[in-house]
Amino acid sequence: MVREFTCIMCPLGCGLRTETRQGERGEEILVTGNTCPKGKEYAVQELTDPQRNIATSVLVSGGELPLASVRLTHAIPKDRIFDVMGEIRKRKLTAPVKAKEIVIENVLGLGSDVIATKDIGKI
Amino acid sequence: MRQTDVVIIGGGPAGLAAAVRLWEKGVRDILILEREHFLGGILRQCIHDGFGLTRFGETLSGPEYAGRFIDQVLEMGIPYLTDITVIDISADRKVTASSRDGILEIQAKAVALTMGCRERTRGAIGIPGQRPAGIYTAGVAQSYINLQNKMVGREAVILGSGDIGMIMARRMTLEGAHVQAVFEVQPYASGLPRNIEQCLNDYGIPLYLSHTVTDIKGAERLEAVVVSQVDECMQPVLGTEREYCCDTLILSVGLIPENELSLAAGVELDSRSKGAVVDENHQTSVSGIFAAGNVLQVHDLVDFVSMEAESLADSVVRYLEEGRLATCMLAVKTDANVTHAIPQKISGGEDFKLSLRVRRPVKNAFIRLSQNGNIILEKKMPKAIPAEMIQIPVKARKLNKESDLEVSVVW
Repeated sequence: MVREFTCIMCPLGCGLRTETRQGERGEEILVTGNTCPKGKEYAVQELTDPQRNIATSVLVSGGELPLASVRLTHAIPKDRIFDVMGEIRKRKLTAPVKAKEIVIENVLGLGSDVIATKDIGKI
Repeated sequence: MRQTDVVIIGGGPAGLAAAVRLWEKGVRDILILEREHFLGGILRQCIHDGFGLTRFGETLSGPEYAGRFIDQVLEMGIPYLTDITVIDISADRKVTASSRDGILEIQAKAVALTMGCRERTRGAIGIPGQRPAGIYTAGVAQSYINLQNKMVGREAVILGSGDIGMIMARRMTLEGAHVQAVFEVQPYASGLPRNIEQCLNDYGIPLYLSHTVTDIKGAERLEAVVVSQVDECMQPVLGTEREYCCDTLILSVGLIPENELSLAAGVELDSRSKGAVVDENHQTSVSGIFAAGNVLQVHDLVDFVSMEAESLADSVVRYLEEGRLATCMLAVKTDANVTHAIPQKISGGEDFKLSLRVRRPVKNAFIRLSQNGNIILEKKMPKAIPAEMIQIPVKARKLNKESDLEVSVVW
């Protein structure tokens, strides 16, 4: 089976082409179009278990701003993005918030923490 | 009047990087002037990741990327003022700024222009129709959602395939809105391919090329937009109109360097880049006034903004030591396949980095640099797209000091 997609590992955006076929040692994935090893890794990951990082915000009370920006420390399966968004939306913080602060540890057991990416001072 | 060695106009990624590099090189009499309440510029609202891969070797969100520089500014104790707007710069480098405390006048030895850029608006592209609420530029929508906790709408259409527009398509989807489609008037996307993949394809949002909004409907709030196909001359094709019901239209139709202050100082602008004409030292046509970052040319990546500003700082250090920098006499000329190139002036005696963008997507092309018909460098481009800023380091030993530099794209 042949699939074509764009690599998202860096701004180059290489056009990747994967070909899955039965080899002597089971299923083999042949990757072409990548410029670096990260592209090959991404292509295999994308075919077997697509993952994404997400960035959003969490409500903060008593802060200079009403929101603290957050992201995940590791990518999560693509089909769990909206589940994780739901978990993050339930969360509320109180100022002060420090960048790198863990907002949710091991969100939904997916092995990724939600961390703040911005300092929010107290008013 | 206050005297300062270097006044930096704008505390975004360019201004911060310039300040840190100046400090590292021993310049202490610096002042950053920032009109917002916080340092960091536009990065504060760019909460998505993907920044820093070139500059820091890891992928960071916008606030984290800005935070790296802000932390250094604070640690070093570099002087800065926020909530202060520069209202004038003179050709002899007098900077006038206004804040709640009144007017501040500073005589600077050198001025770094790092004001960034602005978004093109509905008015700039002249979309006909009614004038209801619900039409935002992508950056304004981003500020509402990411800084102010205000959702801009529920049913959205996006015009323009700029990176911020695509990033807002994903952001609005994550926040529960429905994004129907992205329409781009050009026959190719104006943003990066990875954003088409991770912001549109991931969420099933279609991208229609050679389409534009030709009518806007709605009395108070936006009710619908009419979209038409366009021909090769970008003229709407009659009979292709389709109506999309929506309450929100997001515009991501280009960025323009913010050069009102540069003009006040008498700085010559380039009609192609919409930024200053600079030489290989990032010095503008006015001695002692330098420019880098998005105020000079709209960049694709913030990493290159920081690096350009660091290079500006190196030149400013030399300017302060030597009192002036020699005028660069050779022009950098481009052919019709190049949108613009920076710098526009070189001496022929120094290494420099040439930045440029191609006008349309090309495959298996060469970027050719020549002087007086002699090819001095050719860079092979398996794929070049207007969304990407191309950078080519040029060595002085390959150049002569007599002839203009010609930049062309050949295939």
